[in-house]
Amino acid sequence: MGKFLFWTLITVILVFLTVPAVVVIMSSVNPTETLAFPPKGFSLHWYARAFTYQDFRDSFYNGMVVTLFASTIASVIGVAAAYVTHRYNFRGRRLLEFLLAAPLIIPRFTTGFGFLLVGAGLGINNGYTIVIITHIVLVLPFVTRSVYVSLVNVDRTLERSAANLGASPVTVLLRITLPLLTPGIVGGWIIAAILSFTEFTASLFVTSYATQTLPVAMYTYVREYTDPTIAAISALLIISTTLGMFIVDRTLGLKRVLAIESH
Amino acid sequence: MNDRRIWWFFIVPCMLVAVAVVMSLAAVFQYSFREFVPGSLETGGFTLDNFYSIGRPVYFLVILDTLLISFLTAVFCLLLSYPVAYALVRTQSEWVRTLLVILSITPLFTGEIVRTYAWMLVLGSDGFINSTLMALGIVSRPVQFMYTKFGVIVALVHFSMPVMIIMLATAVSHVNRDFEKAAANLGAAPLTVFWRVTVPLTMAGIVASTVVIFAWTMSAFATPQLIGGGKVLMISNLVYLQGLSSFNFPIAAVLSAVAFIVAVGSLALVQPFVTRLERRVAEQ
Repeated sequence: MGKFLFWTLITVILVFLTVPAVVVIMSSVNPTETLAFPPKGFSLHWYARAFTYQDFRDSFYNGMVVTLFASTIASVIGVAAAYVTHRYNFRGRRLLEFLLAAPLIIPRFTTGFGFLLVGAGLGINNGYTIVIITHIVLVLPFVTRSVYVSLVNVDRTLERSAANLGASPVTVLLRITLPLLTPGIVGGWIIAAILSFTEFTASLFVTSYATQTLPVAMYTYVREYTDPTIAAISALLIISTTLGMFIVDRTLGLKRVLAIESH
Repeated sequence: MNDRRIWWFFIVPCMLVAVAVVMSLAAVFQYSFREFVPGSLETGGFTLDNFYSIGRPVYFLVILDTLLISFLTAVFCLLLSYPVAYALVRTQSEWVRTLLVILSITPLFTGEIVRTYAWMLVLGSDGFINSTLMALGIVSRPVQFMYTKFGVIVALVHFSMPVMIIMLATAVSHVNRDFEKAAANLGAAPLTVFWRVTVPLTMAGIVASTVVIFAWTMSAFATPQLIGGGKVLMISNLVYLQGLSSFNFPIAAVLSAVAFIVAVGSLALVQPFVTRLERRVAEQ
């Protein structure tokens, strides 16, 4: 009885979590401009509009550029940050850890506004650079965490054996440690890429019309039009991230990438 | 293995990011002490006026609203997330766990805009809930969910749940199940075991994750902006309004600084308490 009630509660909560996504997908195939539940038919009209609207095409391209650079650079720095903080003891380590994790707790708009001011000071607010820097700062904690978890689980005897057989520290790092960290790095990169591509608040501050990313263009569209074009894009994003998560879970283990433990 | 060359090679990029973080915060704090010159992006000299002006009702009431909304969001988020986290850790079935992880964590990765827009479709006057209620004849006119604090909080709870579920799942997985078994063997009912053993043992995680969500909700922008529609304002909306519409950088900077101080301050304040709870659990 208690068990039944518990799982009923869980089901209700999962419905709450899932309903928005389902409603978006239903609305995206509804042929009429106004909402209708259940949909009045099936149409891919809004998908066609989403693909042909110039602002979305441009912002998709911008988002891709920013995401590729930001998540790749963040992955490299994430390896460095995880390695340095896990393997070395040095003065200021705590401070460094705090500063690198701080963007998790600093309000997004504070970070975005801060980089807007920095970009204005340096005169780089019209280009990709400031957007990419902001995104690196925002996604780095996730990559670092993912790599850190892999690093904790590295079997140190493998490294020691290589060293005993005469490998230099750099060789050990390149030939033993880094290959063992690959799942953590790849998982971290995927999460960083998804977070960067969908980042909105900070991006709104640091992008200009020429560099606006997809979420920023979507926001502008929602404020100007009420048709379900955004539902079509949202549905595509929901489906692709769900698939992405599923693939990460199958190949790398989502729990490990997100560092959730369970018994 | 503790090679200095590797350290130098790795520490440099980390330092660059740390410097970028510090610079962005320093810029915010620096601008908050500058005088606003209307109609100009240039700011004047040093002043404390910006800090006094946040005491004015226009700003102060929004700050209070932000705190209230963030607090309620954190509490409701805890109530809904704990059962999911518990189920996720304790279920015996691997596919149930995968399903729970995917359904509860994926929304984290679809982004603020997609999720806010989704809630606009759910809560709107011709949205999913109102269509359903009217079709069932429960209400004759659409219920107003949009542009209300209630609507904003519902969407924010949904927005924060994945993070809270991750944090609580970690807390539940650290519970030493021997304590639960001992209580059950001594005749405690399952619910008693849950309230008297599991909850106290995860109290550190509960407090920590609630405060994290409180701080994280302070940072919400798209949800109050679109679902609040100007009727429900949070600090973020004022920063945007003042910074990017009125170009009053100094007041936007002060408000950003306030949000930063509240978010980081609440986490710092609660940290000793969490540490004490963790130590007490560890001693048992």
